[in-house]
Amino acid sequence: MNAAARRTLATAARVLAQLRHDPRTVAMLLFVPCLLLVLLRYMYDAQPATFDRIGPELLGVFPLLVMFLVTSVAMLRERTGGTLERLLTMPIGKLDLLLGYALAFGAVALLQAALASALAIGVLGLDVAGPTWMLFAVAVADGLLGMALGLLVSAFAATEFQAVQFLPAVLLPQLLLCGLFVARDDMAPVLRLLSDVLPLSYAVDAMGRITVEGGVSGRVLADLAVVAGSALLALLLGAATLRRRTD
Amino acid sequence: MMNSSAGSSGDPAIRIDGLVVRRGGTTVLPGLDLVVERGSVTGLLGPSGCGKSTLLRSVVGVQRTTAGTVTVLGRPAGAAALRDRVGYVTQAPSVYGDLTVAENLDHFAAILGAPPGDPARVTAQVGLDAHRRTPVARLSGGQRARVSLAAALLGHPELLVLDEPTVGLDPVLRQELWQLFRALAADGATLLVSSHVMDEATRCDRLLLMREGRLLAHDTPAALLAATGAPDVETAFLTLVRTAPEAAR
Repeated sequence: MNAAARRTLATAARVLAQLRHDPRTVAMLLFVPCLLLVLLRYMYDAQPATFDRIGPELLGVFPLLVMFLVTSVAMLRERTGGTLERLLTMPIGKLDLLLGYALAFGAVALLQAALASALAIGVLGLDVAGPTWMLFAVAVADGLLGMALGLLVSAFAATEFQAVQFLPAVLLPQLLLCGLFVARDDMAPVLRLLSDVLPLSYAVDAMGRITVEGGVSGRVLADLAVVAGSALLALLLGAATLRRRTD
Repeated sequence: MMNSSAGSSGDPAIRIDGLVVRRGGTTVLPGLDLVVERGSVTGLLGPSGCGKSTLLRSVVGVQRTTAGTVTVLGRPAGAAALRDRVGYVTQAPSVYGDLTVAENLDHFAAILGAPPGDPARVTAQVGLDAHRRTPVARLSGGQRARVSLAAALLGHPELLVLDEPTVGLDPVLRQELWQLFRALAADGATLLVSSHVMDEATRCDRLLLMREGRLLAHDTPAALLAATGAPDVETAFLTLVRTAPEAAR
């Protein structure tokens, strides 16, 4: 195994070990999205068609929110605790470090998406036209996007209070403009344009298409590619914010 | 075993020429020259806030500098080739509080590519064998500092830069750590150790006395006492401050 891969895996193993020491966080990561889906299902008890429409879209939003919060705080702790500075005096590439984070939280996103989709489809009776695995794939990509954005914004937060404030600052506008509340086609041109450049719109679009279209259309794959590409871009930008030399 | 395959073993461990560091409009280091030979323990002494940490950070290559050159083991400070040859301990312990001692050391060993037995070796060196399975957050402040030191010992670095490694430790532990530092130097490692406890000075081969970003003295403890006629290093420091030229104040 080459050195960069070894360091990436060591970072992933370490991040997972940290999570293992914090079972309450793991429980919340895995079960809060499930709980919210149950809540949603019974909110629309009388309108199963509405649950079928909104359920998948929120299945895409929850992992993004949760992963964003957890990774932004985890990375901030790495920065403020001095361990980031120590790591950067060692022979580890910046991208090795971030990919290690991505691998660890990606595994958690996978588990979270599996649990939430299994619950939504198997127990809550969510009915989608497209394939289940696609629903799952989009949910995982959303989790990864949340993670990458969380890693990126942690560079701009000096305290955990600030890091938490980035959730309303960075994610809520995306949530408002993603088409969940108002169809994107009905928005004023400026807002429509804004929603076109925000990655969450594509996540929700993809979920919307899977709900109504059987099979896997090229449009869904394109949406998925935009989400994954945005995650990668945020990860690269995050690597650029890591500085070996500071004041 | 020291890694002596660097092909530059004739170079001093540290050579600094005209180092200037300005931070936020204030000059922390106004222009500093220094040579530290290999295989020695050099004590960097001076009051809190005099620029000790900034100097150490410049040697490690994590400090943004304004002017001057810092050469470590024959290469520019912070060069990629130095990253497994220089060990650095910050003033605040930089280890993961939520991981155990063993998990912390295993992780840093994997990042460094240190040999498999290394975490156990350094745990014994800092006297934390009994706490291998304890999360670092549950250790005392002094124990946490030793975990941080142990991490810097992984992989047998040729240069160890230690920022106040003995602060908050009881006298017995301090004595043990200084014995460890002497043993490491006897094996060929170079140590640069900062402290604001003047009585630790006698354990060093050479002393750097620092005040307001300038070096007031760089000498052996005995020569320093002889030159100032002082009975101890603290008095020598005060004598030097009084007699230093105005520019150095």
